[in-house]
Amino acid sequence: MRGAYLILGATSAIARATARALAARGHSLTLAGRDLAELERDAADMRLRYGVDVFVTAFDAEAYDGHDDFLAQVEQQGGGLEGVVLAFGYLGEQSRAAQDFSESLAIMQRNYVGAVSILNRCAETLAVRGTGNIIAISSVAGDRGRQSNYIYGSAKGGLSVYLQGLRNAMFHRGVHVLTVKPGFVDTAMTYGMPGLFLVASPESVATRILRARDKKRNEIYAPWFWRWIMLIIRHVPETIFKRLKM
Amino acid sequence: MSATLNKELSGWGRYPSACCELTRPERYAELHAASGPSIARGQGRAYGDAALNAAHRVVLTERLNRLLDFDDESGVLRAEAGLTMQALLAFSVPRGWFAEVTPGTKMVSLGGCVAADVHGKNHHHDGAFSSSVLSLELIESDGTRMRCSREENSEVFWATVGGMGLTGIIGEVTLQLKPVETAYIRASHHAARNLKHAFELFEQYDSASYSVAWIDLLAKGKKQGRSVLMLGEHAAIDELDGDAANTPLQIKERGSRRIPFDMPAWLLNPTTIGGFNTIYYRLEGGKSKTFTIDYDKFFYPLDALGDWNRLYGKRGFLQYQCVVPREGAFEALSQLLDVLASSKHPAFLGVLKKMGAASGGLMSFPVEGYTLALDLPFSGEPLLTLLCRFDKIVMAAGGRVYLAKDARLDGETLRTMYPATEKFLQIKGELDPGKAFSSNLSRRLELE
Repeated sequence: MRGAYLILGATSAIARATARALAARGHSLTLAGRDLAELERDAADMRLRYGVDVFVTAFDAEAYDGHDDFLAQVEQQGGGLEGVVLAFGYLGEQSRAAQDFSESLAIMQRNYVGAVSILNRCAETLAVRGTGNIIAISSVAGDRGRQSNYIYGSAKGGLSVYLQGLRNAMFHRGVHVLTVKPGFVDTAMTYGMPGLFLVASPESVATRILRARDKKRNEIYAPWFWRWIMLIIRHVPETIFKRLKM
Repeated sequence: MSATLNKELSGWGRYPSACCELTRPERYAELHAASGPSIARGQGRAYGDAALNAAHRVVLTERLNRLLDFDDESGVLRAEAGLTMQALLAFSVPRGWFAEVTPGTKMVSLGGCVAADVHGKNHHHDGAFSSSVLSLELIESDGTRMRCSREENSEVFWATVGGMGLTGIIGEVTLQLKPVETAYIRASHHAARNLKHAFELFEQYDSASYSVAWIDLLAKGKKQGRSVLMLGEHAAIDELDGDAANTPLQIKERGSRRIPFDMPAWLLNPTTIGGFNTIYYRLEGGKSKTFTIDYDKFFYPLDALGDWNRLYGKRGFLQYQCVVPREGAFEALSQLLDVLASSKHPAFLGVLKKMGAASGGLMSFPVEGYTLALDLPFSGEPLLTLLCRFDKIVMAAGGRVYLAKDARLDGETLRTMYPATEKFLQIKGELDPGKAFSSNLSRRLELE
């Protein structure tokens, strides 16, 4: 069996597909999240199909004080740690967040603060051993603030910048950091949304993530063409951009 | 997460279609009925309107496809109902286990197999899909999960197998698999000159594990019903040679070609198909010497051509599949072929199969006798009129039509063909008093 991976927020469709792809390559896994009954079903499936060890552990991104113990338990149970996939997040509702600060706070805590809390500790754990991978799912929404989702976008943007810095710091300590920015992926989060186009399957995104990990890529968009879409969006002058309805 | 998507849907026959409100749960806890009428949909391989619910909820089960338990001593497997036969076999065959019953496509969900109580080429010995089902988890209208089996909640079990999804959402299926030494089938083909001869061959080769006949529907007169009977047995390990013998449980991945767009309807016409049929009959009918073929090619020849339903063009097609009790089967089916021939309605693919005893499912299709399936391009009124004539022949012989293929039967005809309908409705009424489960099919057939 290959090294152990920790999947944070393992019930999301991208996380599930990435976990399956890792298990198919022989990695043992710890699936962490809030919905343990659901994770047990995933774990059973991956154990049967791929013959790897799969553990299930409760994880709450906002329980910052518990993250040390959580990580120690994951390491002990899984027999070490080779990589982390951070896939939890909370889209929230922009319109509600604009009115109700508690919604804004929830979006920031679950997408940014919680991520920093757990990744700081994961990075330290991996760096001590001088090897490993951190794969974090950010979002194209973090590349430029737009009226339709700027609270979420700012939290993801913060996460993307954090990951840049972490990559820089970890490079010198042997740990690779991969930022994944999904565009439209066919998940429960996007299901039924109007205006989607060229939607990627979670499986194709997972394949791309593992390839990017193998090649030590720093930042990928999934599907790939979102790199070009976001390049254009980032370069629209602000005087024009502010007039757009996006 | 209960995001919905409004979308025009149809069954595999592409007739009829309806705009439905779709949800696609990714968590088992989210798999339940909506506040309004709901129907579960797996791979959408029912031909007609079984998994349509116009202006109402269709619950897609495709993302709930996990294996939950497998005992490699006993071959008992428990999985979520969204698992496909393809994924099941990809898991079980390399471990030396095969499905006890499989339909003619592997692109079906286990839930769909249960709901339609599907049958395969071994029905004459092994019965319908329900014979391999040990138990089910049914999600009722109030979200309660009910285990049912032959022993536990058995009335619900027998209403659910073949019940077209109308008793609740099938969440989990526990199946008995059967051990196989190899992933290969020893097959042989036998040419039948006409329908009479085909019946004789079915009786003669009754001991074969798998049997099915392809009928040339364009052969006329004395050749009417000319067919190729295809037989198969699971190959033992010492029957393989070459590469197959080294890796007996592995098969080569077969690329699936897709039909990229709707073919023009004129492409399938009596001349092109007649020519094809004659060549096929000569070529395939001549293979009377046993040959080895992998399970994928033997059981699922049409899966090699993804979206083959697009061959029928935009208007789609109907498949008429009936079964007639053994006594009057030959007379009824030859009469049916006569009516088809005199109608001059095009019909290309025909399949004939001997069936064994009924399973016990209240609305299950198979009864002991012969089943005939005809693929008929949709032509509107002329076809619907023709099929009503078929119904009369089938009913007169005590037969019935397969609901998984049906798109046009009415409630009264259904009640004649399926005498257990009232019993089914009584159980459904007790389970689902608020009518949370319905579909276009249930409204058409007054199954509510």
